[in-house]
Amino acid sequence: MKKEFRLLKGNEAVAEAAIRAGADAYFGYPITPQSEVLEYLMLEKPEERTGMVVLQAESELAAINMVFGAAGAGRRVITSSSSPGISLFQEGISYIASAELPCVIVNVVRGGPGLGTIQPSQADYFQATKGGGHGDYHMLVLAPAFVQEMADFVPLGFKLAFKYRTPVMILTDGLIGQMMEKVELFEQIPRATEFDQDWVATGKTPDRERNIITSLDLQADQMEKRNHRLQAKYKKMQEEEVRFEEIACEDAEYLMVAYGSSARICQKTVQLARDRGIKAGLLRPITLYPFPSNYLQAKAETVKGILSVEMNAGQMIEDVRLAVNGKIPVEHYGRFGGMVHSPNEVMEAFEEKIVKP
Amino acid sequence: MSIHVKSMDVKDIIKEENLVYRKSPLMTDNVLSYCPGCGHGTVHNIIAEVIEELGIQSNTIGVAPVGCSVLAYEFIHIDWLQAAHGRAPAVATGLKRVMPDKYIFTYQGDGDLAAIGTNETIHVCNRGEHITIIFINNGIYGMTGGQMAPTTLEGMVSSTSPYGRDVSTMGNPIKITELVAQLPGTYYVTRQAVHKPGNVRKTKKAIRKAFENQELKKGVSFVEVVSNCNSGWKMTPVKANKWMEENMFVFYPLGDIKVDGELVK
Repeated sequence: MKKEFRLLKGNEAVAEAAIRAGADAYFGYPITPQSEVLEYLMLEKPEERTGMVVLQAESELAAINMVFGAAGAGRRVITSSSSPGISLFQEGISYIASAELPCVIVNVVRGGPGLGTIQPSQADYFQATKGGGHGDYHMLVLAPAFVQEMADFVPLGFKLAFKYRTPVMILTDGLIGQMMEKVELFEQIPRATEFDQDWVATGKTPDRERNIITSLDLQADQMEKRNHRLQAKYKKMQEEEVRFEEIACEDAEYLMVAYGSSARICQKTVQLARDRGIKAGLLRPITLYPFPSNYLQAKAETVKGILSVEMNAGQMIEDVRLAVNGKIPVEHYGRFGGMVHSPNEVMEAFEEKIVKP
Repeated sequence: MSIHVKSMDVKDIIKEENLVYRKSPLMTDNVLSYCPGCGHGTVHNIIAEVIEELGIQSNTIGVAPVGCSVLAYEFIHIDWLQAAHGRAPAVATGLKRVMPDKYIFTYQGDGDLAAIGTNETIHVCNRGEHITIIFINNGIYGMTGGQMAPTTLEGMVSSTSPYGRDVSTMGNPIKITELVAQLPGTYYVTRQAVHKPGNVRKTKKAIRKAFENQELKKGVSFVEVVSNCNSGWKMTPVKANKWMEENMFVFYPLGDIKVDGELVK
């Protein structure tokens, strides 16, 4: 089979990948910098290509609840938005997590808080990895750093969402969403035509018990049981789903930890540092939840300091610090509010905060 | 003088022609969580009967959002989704779009449908999703203990309008049903009640039509049922029904508003 390459924006890659991943439905609402997802899908007529449903909702509140409905029928459902819209999703995500429904949610993050800016940011790390809505829950969070990964993480997201019956977030930003890169597209995955999952609400047939998709347990002991079930799932994710990339980590004396766009920038900083004779390495977490804590805990035995480089005021640094548990200094650097740091700016901070002290 | 009185046996009353109401086999044996005298149980039974009579149990999915009826899934023996407050029409849209040949209905109260979920209600009706909406209007928030609802009448006392609803500061009761009837996406819009056998029959006819309409794929079928909330209204069930007739029906008159896509009122 001849490989298929396309030059695509990150947002377009998500949209094309959704069709090819055999998604049954996309529900979304326009917001910059991710509107290309919905635009691409509308232009592409996936209903004709695969039978995939695409609907522009009246709000993010409606969109996430359409996701809830279609996911409750056991379908592969995907939605996308950007920070302020993702805030509106939170109620629905909490219900989806509690009702244990699978879905993929793409957040093309922009600067905040409030209406913020339309420029790239990583300021939604807390919201994405710590739950975001009410109650004790997590999403499984994937952080692409390349347009290629924007495409590849869609089918991966569906796989994980169904494996754990959990919402999966692809946490990216306006930089990767808008940037064009060469993408190798995977072959069309057929849409599922049979729904053999035993939990779906597709109509009670005589051969099975009826299915109720709910997030409600009025009896507290039942709700505690549900919570235990969720926590067991998160523990399993921590054991089985941690993904990361090591860049020049093997002999590193000093480490940077960065994901997504910031990792792309830090990759250059590693080169700059190595040119100056500093043994620098970069850990790129690919799953932000579950976080590569064990890796960092082990690394704390051999490296002298870590710089957490994020396009926010310091959020992931809390997970890095928890992992190394005070063993070595961990500092933060990053531009935020829609500003993007340069490799040289990171280099300066790296020397000043980590290498020199 | 002896008077011969023929004693009446219960068997003389329980006859097919006298049957107004029976427990549908699609009603579960779970004890209803509704207050005695409340209309929810009657409407539940009607829906169960309609699903049973149409033979569509295996093709019907209900959506019950927050309110007294959030536990509807405990009582009607079909697949259900429990939705967030106000979001049932969006959840139903998601279900219907991926399963266009299934029967999808929402079961919503007035606070849910006409306050927090107004946006979803208007847009599902404007898009003309081929679903059924059952709307229970009792003019009060029942589950949370009797607060003012969007449909609470002017002057009506509730726990958050303890001196009566003052429309100059609290806004007016909303006739959402007349409002959605104006939208091109609604095909059938009607307002009924279940406090008397005659009304139960009419409501059943309306709900049956609302389900059958889904086969036509011509948009939303919307059935409002004006009901009482005797505990929220702080009245006996009998008094509540009388008050409902004298007050609620005046502002929310019963009858069809839109039939087969044409306004009739």
